[in-house]
Order: sequence, then C-alpha cells, then structure tokens
Amino acid sequence: MQDLGIRVLFMGDNFLRLLGGLWITVKISLLAVALSIVLGTLLGIIMVFKNPVTRFVTRVYLDFIRIMPQLVLLFLVYFGLTKSFGINLSGQVSAVIVFTMWGTAEIGDLVRGALISIPKHQYESGQALGLTNKQVYRYIIIPQTLRRLIPLAINLTTRMIKTTSLIVLIGVVEVLKIGQQIIEANRYTVPDSALWIYAAIFLLYFLACWPISLLASGLEKKWKN
Amino acid sequence: MDTGFIVEYIPMYIEAAKLTLKLGVIGILFSLIIGVCCSMIQYYKIPFVRRIVAIYIELSRNTPLLVQLFFLYFGLPKIGITISSETCAIVGLSFLGGSYMSEAFRSGLESIEKIQMESGLSLGLTHSQVMRHIIFPQALSISIPPLCANVIFLIKETSVFSVVALADLMYVAKDLIGLYYKTDEALLMLIVSYLIILLPISIVATLLERRLRYAGFGN
Repeated sequence: MQDLGIRVLFMGDNFLRLLGGLWITVKISLLAVALSIVLGTLLGIIMVFKNPVTRFVTRVYLDFIRIMPQLVLLFLVYFGLTKSFGINLSGQVSAVIVFTMWGTAEIGDLVRGALISIPKHQYESGQALGLTNKQVYRYIIIPQTLRRLIPLAINLTTRMIKTTSLIVLIGVVEVLKIGQQIIEANRYTVPDSALWIYAAIFLLYFLACWPISLLASGLEKKWKN
Repeated sequence: MDTGFIVEYIPMYIEAAKLTLKLGVIGILFSLIIGVCCSMIQYYKIPFVRRIVAIYIELSRNTPLLVQLFFLYFGLPKIGITISSETCAIVGLSFLGGSYMSEAFRSGLESIEKIQMESGLSLGLTHSQVMRHIIFPQALSISIPPLCANVIFLIKETSVFSVVALADLMYVAKDLIGLYYKTDEALLMLIVSYLIILLPISIVATLLERRLRYAGFGN
C-alpha cells in the first residue's frame, strides 16, 4: 500500500461527498452570520442605550456567550433543551441557533464599539453644515460605521466556518463525519486512507476560509482611513 | 436537580478541570514561544524563513482545531508517527495558538513607528538597547489586549480535546449524560466549571486592558 490510500479520495464520488459535507458547514455558518448581522445590529443599538436594565442584561448575555466555549453552548441547546423542556431540535437547527446567539453577541459588541467610536464632532460638523439629522446619519455616520464593521463581519464568517466544525460532535453529518464514513467504508481494501482523507479535509477548510480572510484583511487595509 | 448526584461527581469535574487547565497552560506557553519567534522572524524580515512563517500562519489561522487534531491523531499514525493523546492535544493547541499569538505580537511591533528606533540610535543606544528599553515595552502594551483575548480563546478551544480521548470537562459531561441520563446536572456543572476557569481570566484581562491604556505614547 505505497500510495497510502490517496486513491480513495478519487474513488467513486468520494471527493464530491466531502465537498457536500463542507457545504453543510458553510451553509449553517452563512445562515447564522446573516441572522447574526440583523440581530447583532439591533443588540448593538440596544447596548448604547443609557437604560441600566438593558445595559445589565445585554452585558450578562454578552459575557456569558463569549466566555462559554461554543461546544458547551451546543451541548446546552442540543441536549439541555430536549431534556428540560422536551424541545427536540435536530443537530442542524441547534447549530444555527447556537451560532446565531454567538454571532449576535459578537456583532452586537462590534456595532456598539463602532457607534460609540464615532466622535461627537462628526455629528456637530454635519449639523453646522446645515444637514438634517437624517442626512447626517445617511451620509456621514452610517458610511463610517459600515467601513469599520464590514471587514470585522467578514472575519466573523471565517471564525464561524471554523467553529462550525464542532457540529460533528452533536451528530450532524458534515465533512468530518463523511470523511470518517469514507475511511470506514474502505477499511479492508485501503486501511491507510485516514491520512489523506483528513489532510484533504484540512485543506478544504483552508480553501474555504482563506479567500474570505484575505478579503477581510484587504478591505480593512483599504478602508483604514 | 439532584444535588446528591452533583456532590458525588464534583471530584470528577475537578480532575477534568485540572487536565483542561494543564493542557491549556502548556499549550499557551508553547504558543507564546512560537508566537514570539514567528513575530521576530517577520519583524526582521528574515528571507525565506519569513515565507514559511507566513504559510504556517495562514494555514493555522484558517483551519479549525478539531480538524487539526483529527489529522494529528488519526492521520499521522498511518505514516508511522504515533503520538499520545496529551501530546497530540498540546501540539494541536500550540500549532493553532502560535499563529494567533504571533499576529498579536506583530500588531504591537508594527504599531511602533520607525522614528522611535532612529531616535534611540541617534541618542547612542545600541540596537538591542533600543529594542529592550523602547520598542518592546510599548509594543507589549499594545499587544496585551489581543494576547489576553487569545488566552481566553485557546482555553475555550480546549473543549474539543475529548475527540482525542482525553477525559476533559466535555468528556466527563457527555459521559454522565450517557451513563445516568442526568443531563441537567451534568450540563450545570459543566457551565460552572468553565465559568470558574474563564471568568477570573476574563476579569484580569479587562483590568489589565484598562490599566494599559495609559501606556500609549503620544496619544
């Protein structure tokens, strides 16, 4: 077995199946990111309010979500909800819920940071130039906030894709699980295929995340000033 | 809630937390060492090695720890490299953490303007004196917030160690759920354990960050 089973990768539709598995991961991340952007923006705006109650609640939410490992949150939703409340969610649905909760916290904090980082004189200068309040937001505040946020939101997408690899541990059939299935299916004919299959999955993740990180760092550099 | 059950299994969680912490601390130390080396290589723009470091950083930052561990633990034995679960976990965590730490150090070093080095040299300090007394202290104060964030991130990442057959907190929790169907208790203890480990680190990080704001130069 000198080729160490690289041919398993190209046998039948094995490679396509791996890609299909990766797509499940990416699909869940994209869905979660989209939901997080909407909910996170709301959370960020709520966090700027001076109301002590909303401040306290959002702070606790944010700290709890950020401190807990995502795997713990997945366990909480997947096993905890079923046991305590009898809500039986599939692995994929729990994953979307957990990653949306996490993404909302992250985006919320980013939005809050961006909102309070716009200096007051930007509003005042706008008004001094005779712009209405609406115009100040439309032409001055929102474009600046977006420039700060978009690279960070794109970055969150790569973190999301990487973290979504955890869903294999709550029984979702994604790229790692399919990899294991392929290895097991060829256990007798090609006993050494694990090396190449896992190397292929490693590279697939890299190819999925790398362009997105490049885009994020490129935009960040371009919009620095 | 079955309090008797919780009391009975607390020692198991303590053991698991010790393992999580031990592997986390060792992994973070190695990450810091790798991070310092890589950032210095990039700072001094050492030819060729710099390219390898750049490739390593991109590879490790764009792949999940879980996949790295699977490759190390299940893939490598096929070409005769068999490593124990603990070594595997530490290697994996250091491989992942090294690049994050390196980026944190690099952002600090790069934010120090060239004029600082030139001023130091023109005052008659040697290159190493400038580095030691002028560049490093300032760079470190800028790097501290991302470094703290990385420490928390890496300890959180240790939660996947159960896949390489290490009896960490997740493993114990999953075991108790599977064996006794005490889901609520097991999950509650899991949350509490992680809070006990991570909350102090997070508080110290916030305090440090607040203090270090004064260390900035000229702004």
